[in-house]
Amino acid sequence: MTIIRLFLLCIVAIGFVYLPAMLGFAKITAPETSRGSIIKGSDGKPVGSRLVAQGFIRPEYFHPRPSAVDYNAKGAAGSNLSPTNPKLTERAAEITETYSATAENPIPADLVTASGSGLDPDISLAGAIYQIPRVAAARNLPPEKIRAVIDHIKRPLMGKLGGPELLNVLELNLALDRNFR
Amino acid sequence: MNPFILSLAFLVIALGVSWPLSRWLFRVVEAPLENNRIDRLLKMLLGKSVLTGGSWKRYFLHLLGFNAILFAATWIILSNQQHLPLNPDAQGPVATSLVFNTTVSFVTNTNLQHYSGEATYSYLSQLTLMFLQFTSAATGIAAFFALSRGLAGRKDMGSFSRDLARITLLFLIPLAALFAGIYIIAAIPMTLEGAATVTTLEGVSRTIARGPVAAFLAIKQLGTNGGGFFGPNSTHPFEGAGIVSNFISLLAIPIIPMACVWVYGSIVGRPRHAFVIASVMAAFLVLKIGIAVTGESAPTAAFAQLPIAESPNLEGKELRFGATTGPLWSVLTTCTSNGSVGAMHGSFNPLSLLAPFSGMWLNATFGGVGVGFINFFLFMIIAIFIAGLMVGRTPEYLGKKIEAREMALAAAAFLLHPLLILGGTALFAATSLGSETIANPGPRGFSEILYEFSSAAANNGSGLEGLGDATTPWNIATGIVMLLGRYLPIIIPLAIAGSLAMKPKVAESSGTLSTDTPTFGFVTFAVILFLGALTFLPVALLGPVLEHLMIKR
Repeated sequence: MTIIRLFLLCIVAIGFVYLPAMLGFAKITAPETSRGSIIKGSDGKPVGSRLVAQGFIRPEYFHPRPSAVDYNAKGAAGSNLSPTNPKLTERAAEITETYSATAENPIPADLVTASGSGLDPDISLAGAIYQIPRVAAARNLPPEKIRAVIDHIKRPLMGKLGGPELLNVLELNLALDRNFR
Repeated sequence: MNPFILSLAFLVIALGVSWPLSRWLFRVVEAPLENNRIDRLLKMLLGKSVLTGGSWKRYFLHLLGFNAILFAATWIILSNQQHLPLNPDAQGPVATSLVFNTTVSFVTNTNLQHYSGEATYSYLSQLTLMFLQFTSAATGIAAFFALSRGLAGRKDMGSFSRDLARITLLFLIPLAALFAGIYIIAAIPMTLEGAATVTTLEGVSRTIARGPVAAFLAIKQLGTNGGGFFGPNSTHPFEGAGIVSNFISLLAIPIIPMACVWVYGSIVGRPRHAFVIASVMAAFLVLKIGIAVTGESAPTAAFAQLPIAESPNLEGKELRFGATTGPLWSVLTTCTSNGSVGAMHGSFNPLSLLAPFSGMWLNATFGGVGVGFINFFLFMIIAIFIAGLMVGRTPEYLGKKIEAREMALAAAAFLLHPLLILGGTALFAATSLGSETIANPGPRGFSEILYEFSSAAANNGSGLEGLGDATTPWNIATGIVMLLGRYLPIIIPLAIAGSLAMKPKVAESSGTLSTDTPTFGFVTFAVILFLGALTFLPVALLGPVLEHLMIKR
């Protein structure tokens, strides 16, 4: 009998104290991020989550890292391809061809590797710079103007502690649309 | 900064945090049975017998009974989720073999997942699993306290219900609330609203799954559970949003298992012995961190001939984690039986895999909450026995003679783990049961099967996730392995402790192997290393090592 009562006590403590307390705390301290960091576009409609990659394919936008699940945020996964799997080499070769990468101008590794979740919202600074020619051509703009937006959006991985610089692709593309439309 | 030094700095921080945590845990659970308010409350709520201690048999029966209730309740909820509330995304019914596997997986603190959370289970089901993440962690810690009391020579191993209530209410819930609070501030979602629908800048409609993630994540990381709210676990941006949440997640993995070692020192009254144990465990951790971090800072061999800039292996890794976090995570999560991941192990370079593999094979270098120490105790008994043979004396531990009965039990418990792993792997690798489910060709395919059984037997829960493990044979086989791998390694050491507690204490003499010395630490380290290597070296060669040699060729 004791263990049945113990079971009920745990349900009350976890389900009816811990859980509501955390939901309440979230509502008060983080009303936006606790609902998924949804970003609204210029027209006020939700365009995506700041934290979740979406599959940009048009040339005038910066593209995120490859995704093994086509950026499906309702069934996220990595590729789980091993280094000895020819499929990994084939996928990477296809992307290097799309970008016309050469040994003299090699493509940054983040642009050819799928992330663990398939939803990595960031690209590296090198990965952004590598895409400038395409974006600039599609938007009919000088590359320096695109570069200025990149420098405005980039953030070091560890904030004030430094680390490699990353760019949130959705924020970057929103900034492009804001500045040049 | 050098990734290896960064990882060692992290290890020091985690050990530092584990000490005050151990004082908290010790005070809460080992509070004397005087007339205190909490015990009076428990007596009122749970009945008089909650304060009655007893033998190891009584303790284990209550533990098993409580776990049986958890099992039944979870089964009912998971298999009826389509009729139950808190299902905003209208998740449908779940296959029976998957219900069995998920239920076993979360009751046994394994959290092996043959499903993708956001695509399979309702919020009510997910919250039920969160409930189990508390109770299964508390079960492991309670078993550890019972074992420690027995080894301290107490015939009364305590009351399971009192221990479990105190661990859950006064330790795990407040600690998880603290971590969940930090997660919420660090942008992790915490909502009961269903998935969000958005229209992208390119005009495509997208659904973004979310949920009460922060509360789930906290206990998932702290209780060495590891089962993600989402399919790709902590690599998902909603489980690992940025540098703060990632650091907190990483820190949460080892601190309770580390605290258990200090608590043990306090219960048996030998803090120096605990220090020696922690040093042995930490030595293994440093070795494994070296393997994984070095292995993953090399580029993937798949890109050798392509015009791609030189970089660490980024396949399966998130940029916001940096290159070091994923491999460090893989070591912590397997040495503690946590099983959450910060990078996809399936895309690791071959030799890096040796780190998570050895973590699960030994399963005792810090290990799961509570149970990790119990496994380490088995290794110590074997080490003491071997040392005793070398000097020709009857081995003794904490003043109690270790005789044939204890050794037979310890050997049986030790052999169970490789038997489950190697037996299961042999069956599935040799037949279409496993060979038709692998995702990668060659030795990696073998590693996938080996990993799945290692993970199930060690109650770990991580996987080489390409494996198509959502089949009925996989669900049933790993379910059975998880059950055996959970309860036998609890009951057998408890029986040993119960048997030792009944023996008269022998006086220490100059011939006694002192457990407080570096010599003892070295002997234990060597015994673990040799036993582990003798058992698992052949399969390590067939999997990761062979794959590495194929690349080198």
